[in-house]
Formats: sequence, structure tokens, C-alpha cells
Amino acid sequence: MTNLLEAKGLHAAYGETRVLHGIDFAIRQGGVTALLGANGAGKTTTLRAICGLIRTRGEMTLDGKRIDGMATEDIVRLGVAHVPEGRGTFMELTVEENMRLGAYTRPAREATDDFEHMFDYFPRLKERYKQQAGTLSGGEQQMLAIVRALLLRPRLLLLDEPSFGLAPLIVQEIFRILGRIKEDAGVSILLVEQNAAIALEFAEDAYVLETGRIVMAGSSADISKDEGIRRSYLGY
Amino acid sequence: MLAGVLHQIMSGLATGGIYASVALALVMIYQSTHHVNFAQGEMATFSTYVALMFINAGFSYWEALVMAVVLSFIVGVAIERVLMRPLANAPVLASVGVFIGLLLVVNAMSGWFFDYTIKQFPSPFPDHPMLGGYLSGHELGSTGVTLLVLLSVYLFFRHTRLGLAMRAAAHNATSSRLVGIRVGWMLALGWGLAAAIGAVAGCMVAPIVFLDPNMMGGILLYAFAGALLGGIDSPLGSVLGGFAVGVIENLGGAYLVGTELKLTMALVIIVGVLLIKPTGLMGRRVYSRV
Repeated sequence: MTNLLEAKGLHAAYGETRVLHGIDFAIRQGGVTALLGANGAGKTTTLRAICGLIRTRGEMTLDGKRIDGMATEDIVRLGVAHVPEGRGTFMELTVEENMRLGAYTRPAREATDDFEHMFDYFPRLKERYKQQAGTLSGGEQQMLAIVRALLLRPRLLLLDEPSFGLAPLIVQEIFRILGRIKEDAGVSILLVEQNAAIALEFAEDAYVLETGRIVMAGSSADISKDEGIRRSYLGY
Repeated sequence: MLAGVLHQIMSGLATGGIYASVALALVMIYQSTHHVNFAQGEMATFSTYVALMFINAGFSYWEALVMAVVLSFIVGVAIERVLMRPLANAPVLASVGVFIGLLLVVNAMSGWFFDYTIKQFPSPFPDHPMLGGYLSGHELGSTGVTLLVLLSVYLFFRHTRLGLAMRAAAHNATSSRLVGIRVGWMLALGWGLAAAIGAVAGCMVAPIVFLDPNMMGGILLYAFAGALLGGIDSPLGSVLGGFAVGVIENLGGAYLVGTELKLTMALVIIVGVLLIKPTGLMGRRVYSRV
């Protein structure tokens, strides 16, 4: 299988603080890759680096095209959707408006057809359609964030801790639906999670980050079998 | 007595419409940048001179207005792109400095190109009292135009894709980038729209107050008071605030402090709002972490 995204020697920094120290990774076409590690390891920064939200050094290619140094808007228009930490909801706007914004880069009619499709996955959003997004529960906001990203019709979906702050049942529901979405949409996913158990079950490949360096890469099955890695980095 | 009060309220609403437009222009830029464009009034004055230039060149009032509005829009976009863009991450004082500099430069340009003498500006509306004598033809007409402008701005932001994108960019720039909105251009469009609205306001008020380079000075103060009163981050609030300030100004001028001291009421409102309810009547409270 070919790689959709490849990063080589990726460095990133916030001002003077260097966070990523030259990491290499790849995301397979149509696959789910998990990015694991403790707080502050650089997981979120890696996602931000991919969509050009921070300054980076090193090489990144999407389907063979260089994307490092491109403006975020242009990377997004190449089909990279990012569900950021904190979900990035437009709180003051309605659910409908959030969804329209998700489909901003696509012809309006085509996107509206997609709305029904999204309600199949998340019927609750249909009930909340005219409501202000700020009034949604945490789980509903996470659903809305995923929908907003999917409406872009992405080739690569970046998910930053979709389980964050949610009750275990809601987390299960969201991952069940993410599984369906992966099958239907054929989208490749890069998943950042604190909850390594869920992530390793969902993903085929995984990387483990520690303070800005990759300490292990391999198939999810191998990594979850490795007692040492589990104890030292994944904490379960 | 009652007829007098009613008359004051009506013409207060007429001038209030002008304040409401300028207040809306201020809010439009404030929402996305958190800066008040002090030069908004001077830009409107300059636009009004441009309209007068077209009128003197033989165009009708409405043709001149449309051309001035279009030119103002383009210049507004250009100012954002050229002057404000490099300051996107600069400290607040740097931006304030540029706004004040812009105020002085545009003011001086008005005087330099069109000289400092007070000029008459024609009105396109009939010159006789209307609505049973409560409003002059121009007051009624300009209120109508103002309401039309406000309504179209509302419809634009509510019901168009571009309007939605501009609102999104103002609320949450990062999330907007992540759905593919070109946030920089949305800011520039906001400047263009603000300049265009200012141009209409200038052309509507000039027949009443006459045109000179400092025409909008006082109006900007009233508009700022209106925006603060309604909530400087709320477009609807600022519009209502603008109308309210127009009425307060007129009633106060007629019955309270006299016409010479009217402008102080704008300051009283500004200080009062900041002391009692800094978010304004319809504004949101914003928390920031330090």
C-alpha cells in the first residue's frame, strides 16, 4: 500500500521552545495510524505541523506533493481535515452554520446532500440543527467537530483526542461511528490519543512519541504486545 | 410640548441612523481585530469629498454615491492589505499608532486635495417637511437609505456563504483556516465593507452638517458612544446603540444641556458605559487568561 502522507526530519518549535526534533513518519493510504505518548510528547504539535499551523523545518509530502511551508488554508484545500484539541467549534454559530462552514470549500448543493449522510452517522445533530453550537454537550460538540471535518471530503483526517473529557459510553459510540466512516469514506486517519488502549484497537499502525522523538513505530498489534513500551509510555 | 418632544425624537432617529451606520463600521473591524479604527470617520469624510467631486463632474447624486462607495470599498481593502497586515501580530500600541496616523493623514489629504473651506453638499431628496412636519425630506430619505444599508448588511451576513465565512473568521480565526477560509482576505473585506458603509453615511450626513475635513469628527464620537452602549462586539447592539445615542443627543440638546454642550453627552455615555457595564447592553463578556 502507498503512503498518503510522509514526513522526513520534521522539526517544529513554539518560539524558542523546540517541540519536535526531526521525526519521520508515514500514514498509509486508507489506513488508521495512531500517535501515542505522554502529555507534552509533541502529539498535538505534530498535527498542527501537518496543517501548517506552526512553523516547521523538514519535508512533508501529501500524495507526493510538498506541503511544508504552505498556508493552512491551502493544505486544507488539498483535503487535510483537522479536528483540533478543544474541537474548534464555532460556539456562537448554529450547528447548521458550523456544518456549512465545514463544507465551505465545496459547491453548496453538493454539500447539502452530504448533510443527510452525516445525520445518518450522528442523528443527534439533526435534532440540534438550528441550535447554537455552544449549547451542545461535550459529546455532541465532538460529533459536530468530526462532521465539520468530514464535510470537507478529506483524504486525510487528523483527530486530536476525540475521547477527551467524554464519558466512556460516548467515547465508544464515537469510535464505533468513526469505524463506519473509515469504511464508507475511504479516508486515511491520523489519531492522537491519551487513551492508548482505544487507539491501538482502532488503528493498524502506531508511533510512540517521547519528548519530540519517535521511540517506537510499528503495527498496533506489535506495540500493544510489547510489555516494556506499554509500561513506560502508554501507562496501562 | 409633546409635539416638540416627538419632533426631537424623530430627528434624533434620523441622525441616529448615521451614527448607527458608522458604529456598525467600527464594530465590523473591532470584531475581527479587537481594535477601534479611529480613522473610520476621516475615511468617510474623504469618500464624501470623492462623491462631491463626481457630482461636480456632472454625475447625478446616486451615480456619484455608487462610485464613491465602490472606490471606498477598494481603498478600504487596500489599507488593510498594505498598512494593517504587517501589524497583525504587533503590540496594541503599534496598531493604535497606525490608526491615529491614518486619521491624521486622511484628514490632511481631504484638506490638501479638496481645501479646507466648508462646502455645500446637495441632497437627492425633496426639500420640504414630511410626515406631518416632523421630519425634513432629507431626514426621511436618509433614514430610509440608512435602514436599507443596515438591512442589506444584515442579509449579507445572515444568508450568504461569504457573510458566514466573514463571521466565522471574526469569531475563531484558527478554526476558520481549518475549514479552508482565507482569513486574511476576510479581514480585508471587512475593512472594505466598513469603508463603503462609512461612505454612504458621509454622503447622507453631509447635506445636513456641510462638508469640511473635520465633518465626521463629532459623528465618530457619537458612533463610538453608540457602539459602546450597544456592545462593541455586537453588530445589532451597536446599530440600536447608534439610534439611541441619536435620540439621547437630540433630547438632551433640546431640553437638558443646550446644543453647544451636546457633544459632552457622547463622552458622558462613553464614560458611563465603561464604568457601569463595560460590555454594553448586548455585548458578550470575554474572559481572557493571563
